[in-house]
Amino acid sequence: MIVLAAKRLVAMLLIMLVVSFILFSLFEADKMAVAGKVLGPYSSIEQREIWLSQNGYDEPFLSRYTQWVGGALHGDFGDSLQYKVPVSELLADRLKNTGILALIFFLIMIPLSLTLGVLAGMKEGSWLDRIISIFSVLTTSIPEFVTATFLTGLFVYTWQLLPGTSSMTGGFSWQEMILPVMVLVIYDFGYVTRMTRASMAEVMTSQYIRTAILKGLPYKRVIMRHALRNALIAPFTVIVLQLNWLLSGLVVVEVFFAYKGFGSLLVDAALFGDIYVIEACVMVAVFIAVFSQFISDIGYTLLNPRIRFS
Amino acid sequence: MTDAVKFDTALPAKRESRLKRFFQALALMRESPVGMIGLLLILFWVMMAILAPFLPLYDPNAIMAPFQKIGATAPDGGIFWLGTDHKGRDILSRIIWGAQKVLIWATFATFVAYVVGMLMGVLAGYKGGWADEIVSFIANIFLSFPFIILCIIIVATLGASGWTVVVAVTFASAPQIMRIVRGLVLDLKTRDYIFAAQTRGESPWYIMLVELLPNARGPLIVDACLRLGYTVVAIATLGFLGLGLPPPDPDWGLMLKEAVPLGAFAGHSMYLPAAALASLILGFNLLADGLREISLRD
Repeated sequence: MIVLAAKRLVAMLLIMLVVSFILFSLFEADKMAVAGKVLGPYSSIEQREIWLSQNGYDEPFLSRYTQWVGGALHGDFGDSLQYKVPVSELLADRLKNTGILALIFFLIMIPLSLTLGVLAGMKEGSWLDRIISIFSVLTTSIPEFVTATFLTGLFVYTWQLLPGTSSMTGGFSWQEMILPVMVLVIYDFGYVTRMTRASMAEVMTSQYIRTAILKGLPYKRVIMRHALRNALIAPFTVIVLQLNWLLSGLVVVEVFFAYKGFGSLLVDAALFGDIYVIEACVMVAVFIAVFSQFISDIGYTLLNPRIRFS
Repeated sequence: MTDAVKFDTALPAKRESRLKRFFQALALMRESPVGMIGLLLILFWVMMAILAPFLPLYDPNAIMAPFQKIGATAPDGGIFWLGTDHKGRDILSRIIWGAQKVLIWATFATFVAYVVGMLMGVLAGYKGGWADEIVSFIANIFLSFPFIILCIIIVATLGASGWTVVVAVTFASAPQIMRIVRGLVLDLKTRDYIFAAQTRGESPWYIMLVELLPNARGPLIVDACLRLGYTVVAIATLGFLGLGLPPPDPDWGLMLKEAVPLGAFAGHSMYLPAAALASLILGFNLLADGLREISLRD
């Protein structure tokens, strides 16, 4: 386990190094345009060059990159060009907001999709299974911003029940959380439901379930004690891997509802060319991707003794 | 593939059987109603895209009367079947021309991603060793980005255009395709016909491209179907974020972006492109589902 963790850590650091270097060099080619965005469209070339040299862009590219890496190792990701504050402050605040959104989402999505998946997988081919399966394909097939469009149309414009923005300008508000969470749940629950269903259906055809039913155990007990534990291994890894998938979903939802989170920060930064913010955000994304992969591998071995002991 | 020497004479017969096999596959589709619905949805949009220049539509970029309702009469006496948008452009025409645009770019981008991904995968799987390590490491770099985030960064750096969308989709998709192909090739390369080809003295590239890839096509067809759907979503999402195909040509994502803030008094201009997008992507997903179901049954 420790060897696996060490290997993953080294791979992650290597990937981070390569990715940050590529990003740095991409935006290096574009620094005149960045200066133009900071100083405004009517700034002259001379002004932009002065700004660049004042901000240390005259130094060689490699020395600036190593400086940035050194800073990043100490948690100092430089200053945002767009917001003129340290990136670490900005990022911490945005990550907290996204964390809240993701937490509420998981608290609703996990019980919902596991229950539906187990109900559908218990009796493969039953009408309940059909309905749940079709419904989950439908909702998963529709991209988030289309779901968001329909929900906004209904809840904001037609029924006027909910606010169409989640910018939280007046402090935290539950009402503003409803639509983003709803869109994420509708988009995401189908996938986990289908995985749970497939896993449950497979377990239900196994020998030990047949034995348990034939030896006269109550059906409820067979499901709760024998089937569930084995059926939930596959969905567990899927849910953890959803973390990475969720980041993409969050970008769209946060931009749509103007939620001040990680995703909208990244889009703003990418549009502005705010290199230090992009670097920091991408490092976080890479970390989440590698970390969730690692957790899902470990969880998988813990839940499944056959893998652990082989 | 058993007789490479008689390849030329065997070609016509083979082509006929291909066609037959294609129709057999179509007949198989009838066994999966879900796949059939998906196929019909896709065919509907493909037909629309092909027929777009021949249909009696208004110019999708012509500015006429803004905020017309569904079925309103146009200034020249025609009918706005689906109304007009905030700039006074015919929505029906924009949706149909938008279908053509998104289908062409999505197919092209997926194709390029497949060429790159398959070459990487077959190289990594067949050669193994250092080639595998290097290709897998490059793939891992791009796989560690969430799909849309990678697309956003690429398009934001290179500037928004159809070609950058192709580049972005290739970078984001090719590593995933590479993984699938690599796995398939690792399995296939232990088969007897590969040993036979090696013994015949075929070059590695001949074995990779002529022997390995065609035999890996089954799972790849299902994946290609899903991936086309993802690519349509990616293009629409980029359009929605203002990073897609540049205006004024109709783009479903951009149409939504422009229409949603005005949804309070022009609901149709926001629901219609949303429904178009949803139905096309649903089509790809259902077709992939049906294909998978059929391939599992055999």
